[in-house]
Amino acid sequence: MPKANVTFEKLGVTISVPAGTRLIEISEKVGASITYGCREGECGTCIMKIVSGMEHMSERSVLEDKVLQENMAGSSHRLACQAQVLGGDIVVKA
Amino acid sequence: MNASPNAVELAPGTHWIGALDPSLREFDIILKTANGTTYNSYCVRGDNGVAIIDTVKASHADEFFTRLEQVARYDEISTIVLNHLEPDHSGALPELMRRAPQAKLYISAKAQLMLKALVKIDDLQFNIVQTGDRVELGGRTLHFFSTPFLHWPDTQCTLVEEQGILFSGDVFGCHFCDPRLFNDKVGDFRFSFEYYYQHIMRPFREHVLEALELLEPLQLKTIAPAHGPILRDAPQSYLQRYKQLAAPLLHNEVGANNKSLLVFYISSYGNTALMAQAIAEGAEMEEGVRVSLYDLQASGGLPFVDLIEEADGIAIGSPTINGDAVKPVWDLLSSLAVIKVRDKLGASFGSYGWSGEAINMIEDRLRGLKLRVPVKGVRAKLIPNEEELQRCRDLGKQLAQHLTGNLERRVISMSELLSQES
Repeated sequence: MPKANVTFEKLGVTISVPAGTRLIEISEKVGASITYGCREGECGTCIMKIVSGMEHMSERSVLEDKVLQENMAGSSHRLACQAQVLGGDIVVKA
Repeated sequence: MNASPNAVELAPGTHWIGALDPSLREFDIILKTANGTTYNSYCVRGDNGVAIIDTVKASHADEFFTRLEQVARYDEISTIVLNHLEPDHSGALPELMRRAPQAKLYISAKAQLMLKALVKIDDLQFNIVQTGDRVELGGRTLHFFSTPFLHWPDTQCTLVEEQGILFSGDVFGCHFCDPRLFNDKVGDFRFSFEYYYQHIMRPFREHVLEALELLEPLQLKTIAPAHGPILRDAPQSYLQRYKQLAAPLLHNEVGANNKSLLVFYISSYGNTALMAQAIAEGAEMEEGVRVSLYDLQASGGLPFVDLIEEADGIAIGSPTINGDAVKPVWDLLSSLAVIKVRDKLGASFGSYGWSGEAINMIEDRLRGLKLRVPVKGVRAKLIPNEEELQRCRDLGKQLAQHLTGNLERRVISMSELLSQES
C-alpha cells in the first residue's frame, strides 16, 4: 500500500500513514494543537497550514474551497477534516 | 448628573450619540458590571458628509437614534464605520442602514462574515479598509488602523485626524456607566478599566502590544472607546497602562535558554501525588528545564493562571472519581480562557480505581485549548507499581525533551500510533 510521511512541525513528530488518510485522522491521534468543529468541511475550525508537500495532497473540493475562501485562508491552507494525503513527504504547521 | 438623552460634544462637530445601560449587572454572561455599561457611538460631521462610528445594542436603539437626530439628518449620513461587529455595537445597524440607505459601510476584512451573519440583506454592500486607508468627510478625515484580536478578529480603530480623536472600539474601554461620560468627570473607574483588560484583552496581549506600536506614535487628544468613559484627560496614560498590563503578571525567572514545566496534581490517597513526583523527577533529568510541582487541593485563590501564562508546559494529574476528573482540575482548566495557552506543551496523568477516564478527558480539554499533547498520559490502577512509576519518569523526561528540543526525531507508523491510543 502506498505510504505518505506527515511531519507535524511543532510537535516534532513524523507519522507514516497509508495513502488516502485524512489529515484529521492523524492530527487527532498525534495530539496536535488544532481543534475540530463540525468535521464535515463546513465550519472552518480545523484550518491547517501546509508547510510543504501540498502537491501530495488531494485536490480541494468545491465545498472545501468555499470554506477556505470564506475564512480568508491562503493557498497553503487546508481543512484537516477534508484534505487527504496521497503520498510523499508532507509537513504541516501543527 | 444629566441622564436625559442628549448628544454630547467631544469636539466641534463630533458628538457622542451612544446609550447608557446603568442597570446592567452582568455583561455577556461572563463579566460583572457593578456600574452598568455604556454603548458608545459617535457622530463626526465634515463639510461634505457625516459619519456614524459604531452603533449600540438593539435594546438601546431608540436612545441612540434620539441622540443621533439631534446632530444629523439621516440623509446627511454618508459613512458608517463599524470598528467591531459584536451585537452590542452592531445591534442598531440594520435600522440605521434602513434609515440612511445611501450611507457607505466601512469595516475590516475580517468583519465581512460577521456582517453577513448579522445583517440579512442579499445584496449587502460594504467597503473593506485597513491601516492607512482614509475617508474624507470634508475638513474631517477618518484614518483607519487595523488592530485585530482586540478582542475579536474584526476589530479596528478609527482616528479623526484633524481632532486627534481615536475611536478605539473595545480596546481602552470598560463597563462603567456614568452620564458625565468623560474621564475627568466620572467616578473612579480604575477597577473597571483593569477588570475589563484582564477579562477581555488579556488572552490577546501579543496583539495588544502590536496595536500599541501602531497607536503610540499618534498625537491623541482623546480616546473614545466603545464602552465606558471617554478618555480626554491624559489619553496617553491609558496606552502606557495597557503596555504595563500586557506584560506578564509574574516575571518568568527561568533564563532565556531554560524552559518551565509545571506539574499540577490532586490526589485522594497519595497515588496521583506519587505519579506527579515521578514525572517531576523524570523531567529534572533533562538539562535546561525548571520543574515545579503544585497540589491543586490548596489552589483556592492561588494565581496558577499567572504561572501557566509564563510556563512552557503543564502536566495535570487527577484521580478518576465517578468517571470524571475532579472539580479543582476542571476549575483550573476552565480558568485558562483568560490567557493565551496555544501551543504550550500539555500532558495528563492519574491514578484510578475502576476505569481512569479522567486522563483522556483532560487530554481532550488540553487539545481543545490548543495545547500540544504529543505524549500519551500515564494511568495507574490504584497504587502505582515500579513499572508505572518508571513510565511516569519517562513521561516527564519526554515532556522535558519536547521543551528543550532534544527529542530524537523518528517516524511512527499509523498503526503504532493507534496502538498507543488503546
